[in-house]
Amino acid sequence: MSAPTQVLFDAPGPRARRNNVIMSVVSVLVLLGIIAFIVWKFYDAGQLEPNRWSPFTYTGIQQVLLRGMGATLSVAAVATLLALAVGLVFALLRLAPTRAISLPSTIVLEVFRGVPVLLLIFATFMIFGNRIGPFWSVVIGLTLYNGMVIAEIIRAGILAVPKGQREAAMAIGLRSSQTMGLVLLPQALRAMMPTLIAQVVVLLKDSALGFMVTYQDLLYQVNAIGRQYNNLLPTFIVGALLYIAINMIVAASAQWLERRLQSKTAGGSGPANAID
Amino acid sequence: MKKLHTLLAASAAGILALSACGQSGTPETGGGGGEGGGDTAAEAPQYEVASDVDLADSPTWSAANDAGTLKVGVKFDQPGLGNKDATADAPEGFDIEIAKITAAALGFEPDQIEWVETVSANREPFLQQGNVDLVVATYTINDERKEVVDFAGPYYVAGQDLLVAEDSEIAGPDDLAGTTVCSVDGSTPAQRIQDEYGDAELVTYDAYSKCVEDLQTGNVDAVTTDDAILRGYAAQYEGEFKVVGEPFSDEPYGIGLPKDDQALRDAVNDALEQAGEDGTWTEAFEYTLGDSSGVEQPAVDRY
Amino acid sequence: MTQLFLSGTWGTLRLFLLTLVGCLVLGTILAAMRVSPTPVLRVTAHTYVNVVRNTPLTLVMFFCVFGLPYLDIRFAESAGLNSMILATIALIAYTACFVAETLRSGIATVPVGQAEAARAIGLTFGQTLSTVVLPQAVRTVIPPLGSVIIAMLKNTSIASAFNNRELMSAMRNAIELRGDLVITILLATAVVYLVLALILGRVFDLLEKKLVILR
Repeated sequence: MSAPTQVLFDAPGPRARRNNVIMSVVSVLVLLGIIAFIVWKFYDAGQLEPNRWSPFTYTGIQQVLLRGMGATLSVAAVATLLALAVGLVFALLRLAPTRAISLPSTIVLEVFRGVPVLLLIFATFMIFGNRIGPFWSVVIGLTLYNGMVIAEIIRAGILAVPKGQREAAMAIGLRSSQTMGLVLLPQALRAMMPTLIAQVVVLLKDSALGFMVTYQDLLYQVNAIGRQYNNLLPTFIVGALLYIAINMIVAASAQWLERRLQSKTAGGSGPANAID
Repeated sequence: MKKLHTLLAASAAGILALSACGQSGTPETGGGGGEGGGDTAAEAPQYEVASDVDLADSPTWSAANDAGTLKVGVKFDQPGLGNKDATADAPEGFDIEIAKITAAALGFEPDQIEWVETVSANREPFLQQGNVDLVVATYTINDERKEVVDFAGPYYVAGQDLLVAEDSEIAGPDDLAGTTVCSVDGSTPAQRIQDEYGDAELVTYDAYSKCVEDLQTGNVDAVTTDDAILRGYAAQYEGEFKVVGEPFSDEPYGIGLPKDDQALRDAVNDALEQAGEDGTWTEAFEYTLGDSSGVEQPAVDRY
Repeated sequence: MTQLFLSGTWGTLRLFLLTLVGCLVLGTILAAMRVSPTPVLRVTAHTYVNVVRNTPLTLVMFFCVFGLPYLDIRFAESAGLNSMILATIALIAYTACFVAETLRSGIATVPVGQAEAARAIGLTFGQTLSTVVLPQAVRTVIPPLGSVIIAMLKNTSIASAFNNRELMSAMRNAIELRGDLVITILLATAVVYLVLALILGRVFDLLEKKLVILR
């Protein structure tokens, strides 16, 4: 992606470089000004008083936050595995040559993709929650939605593998299941890996909706701490930092994987994106 | 670009590392005493556990007795009634004490109670499907609910009230015209404001703690829900907020039981009457909600 | 009950339409910043996108609704209108990241020769981007952009927790009123969302057929 963006403008000359430096300084000053304004306003409103922040220096509270993070990660991990499995199955079903198979699976896919995750989690909890508990309500809600999105990602990946690959596979006498399993799918998954991981980040963020169905994830604990110490805003800031940290680690691993896999793919990944 | 990502990953790791050190233990809560903070545990009332209970006629009791645990559905986010601090192992509040009293009369030690968090929407399904044996969760007795579950009690009659700033001029629901009032989305108190006090502007969030935050910043003029819940917040924010004290509805709180378990319902009603006679009801009230003067235990309704 | 759902649907649509305009504008600006010649703009946009994109929408909305008032930012006298504007800002701030990323991946698919030719005839960066590269980029990314916009429609449901009367809020009210009809109410809500999403999907299909360039 860096190639075309560099083509959009000339290499900066001496004047442009000077302007860049001036602009940098000005914008850093503006940014500092904004930050100072925010800090001052928060200080004025008493949000920076030590007693609102001191709870976070205690190990008891940190353990609660870590426990919340653990719950968030475990629900996201299970949902990711299930969503990948569901996604793979539905991608293959939609690509099936028989309309009797591809049409119903398309309908199911459109239904679960068209409904908010919040509603899916809530409905699962209301209908089955008393038997399966909040953990599985969240997992099922997340799996239904993200599984369908992942199915579309994988399908797009399979379709993006150059035609010659399939033809070559057929030519050497592979059956269609072998063509799919040995030739198309491995290339498609590789090409789609960054998008898939981006979708995992989406899933991780959506798991924050679990607190609405009494699943004790990070956001649930953030709410509980904020209620206990009357410091809703500081606690949410800490919670946001933790979420950003987790997601950036996952996103960074996506970048790393992308670089590692770039040389080995035949099919381009194209303009596919994770959606949330 | 690569550098930036290394930097981000490093700072993320830094945040995690930071959270691994600090003062040990848990800080004290900001609220005043007497509303069930962790440090008042010394005065916690004890209830005598009955030893010779035999409710063979009650399927619910028999199953719980065989399992050795009584599953009670309670709220975890209502200070004063059923509230679990982030750092606590068990919930605290008036509902919790009532549940302990009931459990004791049914022959269960406090450590034999399993607390199950319920939200308003899943109390009936939980009882119907046998997920819990009892529900003590700010559960208002009404006819629609009686269709699907049974109620013992009431053990308390709450009323919709208003939480306002200490210096507020709002003295009752009739002063609400032109003000902003906060409650929880979809709740009965919110619907009542909309239907009967339309001159007030209604603000709704998903939790009362957010309403209280808005009351602090002056974004709303009052928070409304059952007075018992508001008392919990008033105790937590002593000197800042007060409960107006002009309830404008009757919300008899009952103990939800599985439908058609008459033996259990009689036993729980007996337990509540007993608690009124021997003073444990008052003890539980004062331990959790504060001063009990002017508050009376309602008569049990064996409908 | 019908009344409740009708006004809820209107609430959802209102949030959606306002956010649609806002996130396309802000998303385009962010995408342009990310490919601009000025390093500061690139870094700013990159940081913004990475921070906001990695924060759950519930938290973004929390900061808009409970943080902005501390900065004396208030948009309307009426609390209801104010909450709607704050929720819209949160939705725009969040969705714009995804729009920007989608547009950027589209910019990457525009052949290098296009930009080179534009510069060769003397167009500035702004002209190259707005008259040559972006129009082509938008056309290639219509399908993924459609997914982002449909996802945003569903994300409006999160505004229900922050004083917005929309479909999800209508559903909660309906459940509280008629506890015996829970499953019907859940289904009805799902159907309304589904219909809205399908209509939107059709619109993007048509757009795709008319405009899309496959490379």
